[in-house]
Parts: sequence; structure tokens; C-alpha cells
Amino acid sequence: MSSNVTPEVKFASKWQAVSDPKEFAAKISQIPDGPIAGKWGKRKFEYKLVNPANRRKYHVIVVGSGLAGGAAAASLGEMGFNVSCFCYQDSPRRAHSIAAQGGINAAKNYQNDGDSVYRLFYDTIKGGDFRAREGNVYRLAEVSNAIIDQCVAQGVPFAREYGGTLANRSFGGAQVSRTFYARGQTGQQLLLGAYSALSKQIGLGTVKMYNRHEMMDLVVVNGEAKGIVTRNMVTGEVKSWNADCVVLCTGGYGNVFYLSTNAQGCNVTAAFRAYKHGAGFANPCYTQIHPTCIPVHGEQQSKLTLMSESLRNDGRVWVPKSREQAKLIREGKLNPNDVKDEDRDYYLERKYPSFGNLAPRDISSRAAKEACDDGRGVAPTGFGVFLDFRDAINRLGEDVIRDRYGNLFDMYENITGVNPYKNPMQIYPASHYTMGGLWVDYNLMSTIPGLFVGGEANFSDHGANRLGASALMQGLSDGYFVLPAAIPDYLAKCGLKGAPKKEDHPEYAAAETAVRERIEKLMAVKGDKSPRYFHQKLGHIIWEKCGMARTKEGLTEAIAEIKTLREDFWKNVRVVGDKDTLNIELERAARVADFLEFAELLCLDARERDESCGGHFRSEYATDEGEAQRVDEKFHHVGVWEYQGEDKEPVRVQEPLVYENVHLATRSYK
Amino acid sequence: MSEEKTISLTLKVWRQKSGSADGHFETYKVSDVSTGSSFLEMLDILNEDLVAQGKEPIAFDHDCREGICGMCSMTINGMPHGPLPGVTTCQLHMRHFKDGETVTIEPFRAKPFPVIRDLIVDRTAFDKIIQAGGFVSVRTGSAIDANIMPIPKEVADTAMDAAECIGCGACVAACKNASAMLFVSSKVTQLNSLPQGKPEKDKRVLAMVKAMDDAGFGNCSNLGECQAVCPKGQTLDFIAKMNRDYAVASVKKLFKTTGKRKA
Repeated sequence: MSSNVTPEVKFASKWQAVSDPKEFAAKISQIPDGPIAGKWGKRKFEYKLVNPANRRKYHVIVVGSGLAGGAAAASLGEMGFNVSCFCYQDSPRRAHSIAAQGGINAAKNYQNDGDSVYRLFYDTIKGGDFRAREGNVYRLAEVSNAIIDQCVAQGVPFAREYGGTLANRSFGGAQVSRTFYARGQTGQQLLLGAYSALSKQIGLGTVKMYNRHEMMDLVVVNGEAKGIVTRNMVTGEVKSWNADCVVLCTGGYGNVFYLSTNAQGCNVTAAFRAYKHGAGFANPCYTQIHPTCIPVHGEQQSKLTLMSESLRNDGRVWVPKSREQAKLIREGKLNPNDVKDEDRDYYLERKYPSFGNLAPRDISSRAAKEACDDGRGVAPTGFGVFLDFRDAINRLGEDVIRDRYGNLFDMYENITGVNPYKNPMQIYPASHYTMGGLWVDYNLMSTIPGLFVGGEANFSDHGANRLGASALMQGLSDGYFVLPAAIPDYLAKCGLKGAPKKEDHPEYAAAETAVRERIEKLMAVKGDKSPRYFHQKLGHIIWEKCGMARTKEGLTEAIAEIKTLREDFWKNVRVVGDKDTLNIELERAARVADFLEFAELLCLDARERDESCGGHFRSEYATDEGEAQRVDEKFHHVGVWEYQGEDKEPVRVQEPLVYENVHLATRSYK
Repeated sequence: MSEEKTISLTLKVWRQKSGSADGHFETYKVSDVSTGSSFLEMLDILNEDLVAQGKEPIAFDHDCREGICGMCSMTINGMPHGPLPGVTTCQLHMRHFKDGETVTIEPFRAKPFPVIRDLIVDRTAFDKIIQAGGFVSVRTGSAIDANIMPIPKEVADTAMDAAECIGCGACVAACKNASAMLFVSSKVTQLNSLPQGKPEKDKRVLAMVKAMDDAGFGNCSNLGECQAVCPKGQTLDFIAKMNRDYAVASVKKLFKTTGKRKA
């Protein structure tokens, strides 16, 4: 499709001119020099500050009200900045951070089991398959403890021991217990904590909240992000907003798979619009397929439900050793409880004895796929493995298991109609989280000055694979501690001239017009296929060809298929209803239109990265044992895409990763 | 997975173009619904049918579809979130319906929740109540170490029980007085039980109850309709606790002396 959007900021050529990795880290990635433990402290001291009396003169737009956006808006409001926060839901309390179940990591070492900031840093770097920036990850680990303190002070009811101290559980990819949790609803409780802090500021008037507003475009003035365009989802009003800076905390793009564990409304639009204005998009091919989701039941399915990774503390993952038994189970002729122990393949325990069922997500997912591809899957579709609590229930009793996972077991029974206390759960991998996102420097600023990106929407901390209980940590680290420190520095450098006035800068009106034209164009196609039809088709292509195992050939096919589907969309999509009212079809159509473009970028990136690492598994790059084979000589870098204009191939440039503390090793969980 | 089949239903659905327009029921047939589908997936099927006919789909609120965000809101056969206890609409599955059944679907009905369109209502009144006092005032970065203040497990568990409220508003829709007491008391109980919430305990309960009254929610008549439909199992015990906190705070306010002469 055509669009008025052309990149206004060029960064690729500037980046290519810097050849020395250390110079790149200092100048482009903005990573402070010196020992790793001192970097964040040093940077905080270097930041310029804004006098408390001047803060209200700065207008900051925050898009998204999840952990990162909600916490950032609340904290900036509390500091005295004039904040506007936008979300597409009916209330800021609904953002999808709320669905995170398992927990949040922190290096408190309350268990005295050898944890430390450095160990959390190391585990996260290793978990990310050595594809994350050292400086950012160290800061994340460093800040993790303050997050727990902050949340407890807000009244987040974390689980506690009888002595009144905080309890911890284990999570994948770590051998210490560092995960804090609130039953199986940790994300809900942390989000409600951020929401309460945000609500206080809304009540005080430092934050203005705009619910049911969807960001449709970014406004760039003189090369800097100075506003957004929104559509009021109730009245259809398209409006631009000016500000001194813009913060995107708009989540990930997991819904490009159509079926995912994301909320229905999660979308890539805000990030993709920023990309089209010249924000670099980093590592889109790093997508996380979560190993423990409830398998697909059929064509009518609209979403996949996650079963928390914490279940793998006590559940054992298995499939039958023989294909014959698996077939009988699929056909309902054999009760899995009747399969003898010696006929069961507890494949994670067999392949990864030291981590067992707590092997990281990417590894567990691929192992499940392998078992199913081998004809030993157990769900009616053939795509499912067992997560069995029989042994834990025998050892600890049903009550203990109910206390630990009661709500998850209820949820499972609700959805499947099967009682997991009596029968093993069936699980299968599903799209869950996206490590890739808008490129940001150490200060969380994108390649567009004034555009900050936090939470899942940025790419920065998880490398090629995110460990469990690290998303909540990163969202809150960005929201409570990093953005509120980094943004004032940018604002102070802007000076007190104020946000550009809409009447002085035609960019605002032009951006509004472009959004209106795009909406009208969608409405005018008047074809005969629904937006959902296209989304489903797209999801199918991505799952098959850019899912758990990718090949160069398959990705090339996918790119061609996406192009064809996109053309079909713009010829045959039907958007019923009016643009000036609440219109759920229009909302979906606009999001799907962006997914259809973004999907191509995802596949391009996956095709370009000729190696396997973390969540990106290219079948051509596997060890003899079938494990991911990294190609560090060629790909120890961040792949960042710059948009070049309609129908032009985007340019891929590299941010070299400089490792001064961690030795690059082959990840082993054996 | 349990054995799945398909069923057909007749739906009577509330249609209303906007908040100011009149609404009415429309009857639709929907067939070949898998009993493994959720109620919202069943509505998706109907909506795809409507769109194929060039008609406007039924607008309804939903997001996470896993029972935690609290956005889905509809009254099914007279019950907010439908006939199955302890679940939100998105977690209600079609295996709980019979082939050939007629199902009536309406928005949550309550004066403080005006209809926006079809099954979508405006629940910002809930946000206003939280803004009035549903928080602990603690500046980012000013917290003490989390383990300095031990909290007995029982207290933490009570706070967690109360904190499970998802803010969906089913309690209000079920109440003949459109009372928000279950919602408000859940937040009050969570924060007032914890030592962190103690400094603002009185102020909180007074402010939140006032905001609730100002928003037009009614009073509690102790009928318990709210707890019957609550998808998260919140009970009247929280309301009793809030009433106690409210009474104490009101009395304290009445006899409050500053020790200083008023200017």
C-alpha cells in the first residue's frame, strides 16, 4: 500500500561509518565506560536534571499502561512532569502484563542459595544465548532488588513464609530460587500496584489518562519525536497531540502468529509506525515460543492459554516411548495413567539431566516439537505432550499441589474439561513473547531522538531468549527506574522552549490527515473477506514457516506468501460499519494491515540470521544432537532494520556486541 | 482434551448503536459451534457470519481471554458472566450449553455503567474510586528493604485474597442497588490489612466510599448477589470488614482534635 510515511531520520549510514565495536558502544549504544558494576551509577550521575519547579512545563506522552508504561507514567507524574498516558483498553488496569502468572526475578538472595546481582546478570545473558548487551542486562539485575522493595511498599501481596518473610520459587534457566510470586497471578498484582500508583497521579492531576485511545501514528518534528496521532475508539475522532517527548510501552508483536498467549488487542502498530518514521527495529526474528500452553482445540480458537512455567517445578514432561502407544492415546483407546514408567520418555530429564524439566523455554519448546514430529505427540491433533503431576501428588499430597497451583489447575479444567489432579495435563508450545523490538540505546532512546521505548516493545535485555520471570522485572525496571532517570536528561537538553505548537508545525495536521486517509482507504476497499480472515491466514504462514524451526527456503516462501496476502488484503478486505463510531472491525483491520507489513520484516530478519540462537532456530544450523548452533564469528551482533520507503527493501545494519565480562560459551543445560 | 462436539444455538442479543440511541434485542442463529470453544469464540463465529452478510458485528469488550484482565462484561441468561460460577465470560466454554438452547445476552446493566455500544459499557467510575484512595502513597525509589517488615502469612494471604478482584463490575451488574461495595471493599481490605497500608487506612476508606457514592453506586442490602456472580470468589466478608473500617474512621474523624487553635 502507499502511505505518506517516509523515514525522516536516517541512522544506517551513520552507524556503518563507525567500525570499531568499542567506539560504537560508547557513541551509538551510549554505554558508559568503566567496570560493569559502576556503569549505571556513573550514567545516573552524568544525567542532566530538571529543576522540580520546571518539571510541569514538560509534556511527556506515554503510550501503553502496562508494567513499563504504567510505572513510567506514575513515576514521571510523581516527579512533577506533565504526563499524558494513552491505552486502548477501557482502563489502564487491563494491560496484558496482568496475565503474567509465574513471578518476578530479583537478586535478593533471601534463600542464601548463592544468588547475587552478578549471577542474575550472568544467567540472563546466558539464557539469552549471548545475544543481549552486557551493560543493559547488568543494570536490570542491579535494579531488580529495588523493584521488589517498591512493589512490597505499594502493598503487592507477595507470597510469604510463616515467619513473615518473602517466599521464593524456582524458574527455568536458573539453579537458585530467586522468583518472587503472588500465587499464580504475579503479573496481575504487580500491574495493579503500578495502576494504583498511576491512579494516585491521575487523581492528583499530574497524569491525564486517555482510555480507549489507539495510537495510529507518531509525529516527528525536525527529526525528533514530538507527538502522536490517536483514534478515539468510541467516537472515531482522529487527533494529534504535541509533547516534548514520546514514550512507547506498547508491548510485543506476538499476535503476528494470530494464535498466541497475547491479549486479543495486542498489536505492533505503534512500534511499526515508529519504524516507518525511522526508528530502527532490532532482532524481530527473536520470538519466544512458550513450551507450556494448552494445545489448540480447533479452527474456532481465538487465543492460546499459557500454563505457567512454574508448573514445571513439580510437573514432569513426557511422551510415550513408542509411537504405537502415542497413537492409542490420541485415539482415546489408552489412558495415559496406564502407561508404565518404563514406557514413558521423560525427555527433558533424559536430555538435560542437570536442569531437567526446568530447561529454558526455547530448548523445552523445541524438544516438544521434536517429540511430536517423531509421531509421539498425544493430543488429538498430534501436537501435545504431557505435563504430569502424578509423582508430585504422590510425594506431597494433593493439598500441597492445590496450594501451589490451584488457580492454574482450575483454569486448565475450565478450558479443557479435564481434571489435571487425576489426568496429566496436555501442553504444547505457543507464541508468547517477543524479544525483538524497537532498537534503543542504553538510555532506552530509539534512533529517533525523543522517542523512548520500554518494556516488551524494546529489544534490549533478553537477547535471543527470555528467561521466565524476567519480563516483569524488565517492564518494571524500565518503568520505575530507567525511563524516569533517562527522560529528564533528554528534556533538560531540549531546554525550556516547550513542546512544538501544533499551529506552527504542519507535521501535526499532516500526520492527522495521513491517518484519516488510511482509515478511509481501509473502509473503501469494500471487499468480501473479513480482517480476521487475513489475520488467521497470516498467522498460519508465520507459524508454519517462521515458528519453532525455520529454513532459508521456507522463509523465502513465507515472504512471497505474505506479499500476496497483503495484496489480497488491500483488494478484498471488508470493513463494515462507520469510521466515526466504535467499530471493532476497523480496529482489527488497521492492526492486521500493519501486521501484514511487519510479518515480512520478521521473515527477512529470520532469513538473514544464518545461525540458530535462542528462540531463533534455523534447521540448517544445528549440532549433531539437534541443539542450536550459534555462529558467533558472523552474528554476535544486533541486527537492526532501517525503513527505506514503500516497496523498498529495508536496510539491515549491525550493532556489534562487546563482551568484556562474560565469556562466550555454548549454552549447556545438560 | 475431553470429547468435543458441535452445537447450534439461538441468541437474543442486545443491540444499541450508541449511548444515546435506543437499544433492542435481535435474534440470531449460530451453528456448528465446537463445545471446546469459549463463549466469546462463539460470538466471534456469529460476528464473522454477520460481517460476511455486510452487517455490523456485535461489539463487546474483551482482551486477555484468560479470565484475568476483567474487560469482558456481559450478562448471559440474566447472570453476569453467565451460568457457570467462578468464571468470567471469556472462560465460559460452550460445553456448558445444550444443543438448540436459546441464550439471551445483554450488557452489564447499572446506572453508573452507561452503555457505549451493544454489549460495551463504560466502567471508568471504578477507576475514579481507585483514584480517590486505592493506593499506598510511596514514591518510586523511597521503599525500604522488602524483608525489613515481616508480614504474617495469614495477613499476606488475606490481602492476596482481597487483591484478586479483577474490577470487571459483575458485582454491580448483579446488585439491585447497583452497589460497588464488593469491588471497593476488596481494595480496602487488601490495603488496610497490610502494615504498608496502615498510615492511610482511615483516609482511604472514607475517600473511596465517598467516591463510590459520588459515582452513583447504590448501597448494600446484604443480599449477596454480588458474591454469587463474582468470578474471583470475593465474599461479603470484605464488605463487613470495610464497614467496620468505615465506622471506626468516621468516629475518629468526628472526635478528631489537632491540639492547635484553628486559624
